[in-house]
Parts: sequence; structure tokens; C-alpha cells
Amino acid sequence: MSSPHDVVITGIGLVSSLGEGPDAHWQKLIQPGATPVLETARFTPYTVHPLREIDWNLQIPKRGDQRQMETWQRLGTYAAGLALDDAGIKGNDQLCASMDMVVAAGGGERDETVDAAILAASENRNDRDVLLNEKLTTELRPTLFLAQLSNLLAGNISIVHKVTGSSRTFMGEEGAGVAAVETAAARIRSGQSTHILVGGAFQTEHSDMLLGYELAGYLHRGPWKPVWQRQGAEGGGVVTGSGGAFLVLEQREQAMSRGRKIYAELGPIISGRARRRRGKLDAGIADLLKQAALPHGPLLALSGASGAHAATKAEKAALDANPSISARGFSTLTGHLKEAQFPFAVALAALAVQRKAAYPVFDAAAEKPFDGKPETVLATAIGYHQFEGMALVNAA
Amino acid sequence: MANLNDHMGRPVVAVTGIGVVTSLGVGKKDNWAALTSGKSGIHPITRFPIDQLNTRISGMVDFLASSSKGASALTYELAELAGLEAVAEAGLESGDFGGPLFLASPPVELDWSERFSLYNSDKDGDDSAAERMLRVARGLKELDMFETTQFGAIADRLADRLGTRGLPITLSTACASGATAIQLGVEAIRRGECDRALSIGADGSATAEALIRFSLLSALSTHNDIPEKASKPFSRDRDGFVLAEGSGALVLESLEAALARGATILGILGGCGEKADDFHRTRSKPDASPAIAAVRAALADAGLGEHEIDYVNAHGTSTPENDKMEHLALSTVFGERIGSMPVSSNKSMIGHTLSAAGAVEAAFSLMTMRESVIPPTINYDNPDPAIVLDVVPNKKRNAEVRSVLSNSFGFGGQNTCLVMAREPV
Repeated sequence: MSSPHDVVITGIGLVSSLGEGPDAHWQKLIQPGATPVLETARFTPYTVHPLREIDWNLQIPKRGDQRQMETWQRLGTYAAGLALDDAGIKGNDQLCASMDMVVAAGGGERDETVDAAILAASENRNDRDVLLNEKLTTELRPTLFLAQLSNLLAGNISIVHKVTGSSRTFMGEEGAGVAAVETAAARIRSGQSTHILVGGAFQTEHSDMLLGYELAGYLHRGPWKPVWQRQGAEGGGVVTGSGGAFLVLEQREQAMSRGRKIYAELGPIISGRARRRRGKLDAGIADLLKQAALPHGPLLALSGASGAHAATKAEKAALDANPSISARGFSTLTGHLKEAQFPFAVALAALAVQRKAAYPVFDAAAEKPFDGKPETVLATAIGYHQFEGMALVNAA
Repeated sequence: MANLNDHMGRPVVAVTGIGVVTSLGVGKKDNWAALTSGKSGIHPITRFPIDQLNTRISGMVDFLASSSKGASALTYELAELAGLEAVAEAGLESGDFGGPLFLASPPVELDWSERFSLYNSDKDGDDSAAERMLRVARGLKELDMFETTQFGAIADRLADRLGTRGLPITLSTACASGATAIQLGVEAIRRGECDRALSIGADGSATAEALIRFSLLSALSTHNDIPEKASKPFSRDRDGFVLAEGSGALVLESLEAALARGATILGILGGCGEKADDFHRTRSKPDASPAIAAVRAALADAGLGEHEIDYVNAHGTSTPENDKMEHLALSTVFGERIGSMPVSSNKSMIGHTLSAAGAVEAAFSLMTMRESVIPPTINYDNPDPAIVLDVVPNKKRNAEVRSVLSNSFGFGGQNTCLVMAREPV
């Protein structure tokens, strides 16, 4: 039963190594045997899914704005613009000024050249704190700080796209993306908001972004493999990608009155924090699936599994334990998008219900076909290190 | 019998526990005594060398076990201390809070000490600095260092320590973060998702690099000679904010649940308002319209008129721009009355605690109402003639305060305002 306060998806903005926009992603992903776009040389021994060339001018028309950002913020601002365009909100002053925003963010890129110079000098200095002062006071670009600040992705979206109802930034890897979508949906359901821009971006092509995983040995090394097939391979299983995913969530009543295309209805969103060090992840995932109250019959699942050995193994086991579920590990084709992982999963799920078709297997050895029209699709993001979330995405 | 629902039919949100840490000390008692005696916590920087630095003073918290252990460790300890104080005051079990956690904390980065140690621990390869760091890192599997780079790690530890429920939310709205953490808790209770929530703002990120970054943006005071005089909100010779650390925590609870378990009601969180600014990354729209809209939204959310606010706990950073803009916003909303309404800035004594500021200042706002004492704006020796405000200059004032507006504004166009009341209606 639909209700006027349902949360519906009226805009999708996607960018990844596969291309940009929902159509491009759909066309790529429904080709059986789609192959990933890989960069194996630049960060060897790591493989990443790199961004394709993007004409930033299409969504960030002012060069001055582009100069104030590094790639991460540009990417997010660009993907947000695609979603706003798609929802018919871009350029509508009244809708933008009343639009709320929740962005899932990490941090932006550091200046690698300055960092490298400081590190090189540190080999011959014992007064490293003084060295830091010397170098940082003279070599840091003042604006770079703003390009690194987590909440400045949202800040740039406000400046470039004029989204000014409210602006909140959640931090914390995949969990930030889960909480952003969950909070946004709860605000719409309760009448606290009518339309919200929600999403995130991750730019992996920077050594510091890889270091954030590798300090705990999370990155996969050696030849690339699909996300489900990295157990036992060299490294920690995660192959990262650059990309962004933004959704326009809207109260059904408002979307209908605007006469907009509705991709899908956003059903329950469930989040959790399993105490993994105490071995509670299996039970945590099982509990989320139980709370999701999955519909009877065959179910397509867009899994945000990262490849991280422990988390991916636990998720695979939980999904395999339910014979009705056909999972698609989209990280095989996009890489792990960190804060954007859950919004990306929800977006792909919404496309499947809207197009009334399932994605073919992304990995024939580990995934099974899904026949028929998906009415409801499960989207998951089990964090590579912490935090878990799921959502059910229903036909509009 | 107090109304359990507000003017919009939503559950009334009460405050039943408060915790605070600043450079003035740990806990409400010490902080309140210092704050009401006009004492400053601003002091010379000793945590790292000050060579080459234009700003050599701060309101760092230097007296905790983690004070020299990096931003992540200190932010955690600050959050934990404030959280434990608030939970204890609320009369709840310290390891079993039983509601969600909303944590405002600074963005994290690997500390320089760790970068130096990674880089210099293996000088054999002929690879680049970045490659070397990665090569060393993958041999380490050093979870403590790793977690300092994970944005959700502090909240995860706090959730374990305090027994909060569900996926904890870590957020940043820059210098408005602490207020946003409170707003998220209020909204969750109003939606009926929980009976209680724990909102914490904590910031222990005053590293050399952080100081230099703000300095390069010309945001910091360089009045180094007499540190305690450097933060002078609304004064003519104000020249920037003073970087500081601290934490504030509130236990928020539906009034109904709080009364049902016999908790002491410390105040009411009546309204939250926000509005984003699209003008500039660090500057506010010259007409202050987003700040004005945020104040009005908070008043409307609380169901109060302008005449029903007794006191404003100002953002009052002591930067030339903020104080001018904030005055414009307040005088627009409150009209002529603003000249006779008390408006003071805690930052004159504790400096700008960044991600924690909104929570720290909400804590002090609630204490202002309970104690019927308004903390002063110190260092007000040279009033800015363009800013006509009753800033409660230099000395505390005894006054009945039934309601407070607390402002928080931040880089990235963030504007969040809270309206608090002493008692339920």
C-alpha cells in the first residue's frame, strides 16, 4: 500500500569507472560478462578502478569553483548535480532552497608533494616538529585545507547547485552512507522534510586514500579477481574504485504533484554495529536480514561487499544461507567506493526495479542467475572494518 | 503537569545529563566556577614547538592522559569524559546507555608522528615517499594506528564504552557540529525512534598542522603576548579566534520517559534551526540571511517569539567577520531589543572548540538558566562601535534566564541554532 509520506527516489547521480549517469551504468551492467575497468600500474601492487575523464564544466560551470576543490569534492559535486538534474530540481530556486542534504564523507586529498618533501627532509632531522612548522607554514596552499575538509563537499554542493535547506555531513566509511540514507528517509517519513539530496563520493587515486586501508592490510594485491574470489589471495581482499552516488529522496506526495518519474520506493533501512572483535558479525548480519523482513520468493540483492576477507566471507555465508537470494557483488565492476558504497547499492537496486529486470551475474563462478522481474531488491553494505546496513528497494 | 508534547504535537525533549571539558578543567563544577569568575583558559602552546608560527597561544586541553597522544586519542578521551559525566548525572548506567549516539568530532588524519615513523622505519627501497609508506604499512597490520584514520572509529569505541544502541553517527558541520549532534538527537526522539539519545561534541585536534591551516586562512588571533586577553569577541581590536579543544555532552530524553523514571529535568531542548549558505566557502552572505533564517527556524521550531528569548549564547568567535555578521543577524531578528538583551560569548574564555563548540556552549547555556548566572564576555575593554550589544562585559551577571538561543556557524555555509528553555511548559 502506498502512502503519501512514502520515501521515493526521483533522482540518481552515478559516476564510476564504468561511466556516468544511471543509463550508462545500466547499459554496462546488463551486458552479460561485463568486464571491469582496471588500473594496475599506477599504484602497483594495488589495482584500482579509476575515474574516466570527466568534463567537470558540465556540472561545475565556474572555473573558480573547480579550482577551490580537488578531485574528491569535484566528483561529489558532479554526481550530486547529475542527481539534481535527473530529479528536475537543478535550477529550480524554490526547490533547491528548501532542499535538505546529508552527505557521507571522508576527507579530501592531502598535498602529496608537500608531504613527500617533509618526509624526505625528516630523514636527516631530529627536530621533526620544527621541520613541520617550517615546511607547512611556507608550502601549504591555504585553500587546500578547504579541499580536504569533510563538510566542504556539502559546502561546495550548496555553492555550485544552490542546495541550501540544510547541510549535514556524516563521517565514517560505509556506515556514514548507511546512516545518511537512513536518516534522510526517516526525516521524510516523519514529515520533517519533503526532499533530500543524499549520497557520497570517494576518490581512491591518491596514496593517502589507499594508506587508510593498508594500515590494517585490507588491500588486495596481485592479479585482480572478482570480489567473491579473493579469500586466500595475497593481501586483504579490497580493491577500491573512484566514484560517487547521489540520490534525490522525496516524499511520494510531492513527487507525484511535481509529476516526476519515480524510480522506486525506499522500504525499510536497517543499520547495525556488530561487535566484530567478539565474533558477532555473522549474528549481526543475520539479525539485519531478519529485521528487513524479506519478501517471499526469489530476491535480487545488490551487495556492497568490499572483498575484505572477514566481512565478505560473513556476508556471503549469510546471503548463501537463503536460497531465495541471488546476490550481485557490484564491487567486482566498480571497486569499493567507501562512503558512497551504500548509496551506490541503493541506486543500482532502484534501477533494477524501475527497469523491471535483473542484472546478469557479475561473477559466474559465485553468483546465480535471477529470472523474472524484481519487485523488491535488497541493497547491502557490510563495512570492510565496521558498521553494517541494508535496505529494501521496492517497485514504485 | 507539564505538557508532554510540544506545540507541534511532538514529544518534548528534556536534558537530563550534562558533561563538559574545556581548557578550564574537567567537569561542570570546575568549568562553571572558572567561567563565572571570568577566568580564561587560553595559554601559550607547549604541545609542539612554536618556531615559525604566527599564533603561539591556544585553549588546548593539556592536562589529560591523551593530551600528547594525537588528535584521535585526545578526541576520544574528551568525548568519553563528557559522556560519562552526562550519563552519570542522568542517573543511567555508564556502560548501558541504551539509546543512540551522535558524535560531532573533527575529520581524522594520520598524525605526522606516525607518518614520520612509517617513513623512517624502512629506508632501503628506492620507491617514492607514498610507495614507501604503503609498503611499510602493509607489513604492519597495526590496528591502533589504522583506527586513527577511520572516521567512524572514535564513535565505535564510545559505543562500546557507553553502551549506546545501534550504528553510531559521526558527523561534521564544521564549527556547528556540536549543535548538529544535539539536533540529530532531538529529531530522533521526536520521531519516536528512541526515548533517549546521547549527543557529544568533542575536539582534540589542535595539532601544529591544524593551527597552521587556520593561520593560513587568517582566521586566528595573533595577540600572543597576553594569551588570556587574545579572545575578545565583539571588541574593536578583535583579530581572530583562538584555537581550542574541549567536549560537551547532553543526555537528551523525551520528557515523558524522563519523568516516568523520576529523572531531574535540567532543561528543555525546545527548538533547532538550520540553514545552509551558498555564498562562499569561508565567508557568510553579507546580508546574514542564512544566519537570520537559522535563528528564525530555531525559534519557530521551539514555538517561541523573538520576545520570549531572555539571553543569547553567541557564536562570538572574535573574528572580525563572524562577530559583525552575527550582530547583523541578531539585530535583524530581535530588532531594537537586541541592544538591551544579554548576549555573551563563552569563547572569550575557552576559545573556539571547533567541532565541540555547539555542544560545550549548549551545556553552558543550560547551566546559565539553572544557576541564574550569565557568564561574561571577557576582554571587552574596547567595544566595537559598530556592534551595539549588551555583551555582559567582563563580569558575570545574576539574572533570571528562562530561555536561551545558542548560535553555531561554520565554514562550508553551516548555520545551526538551538533554543533551550529552563522548564517545560
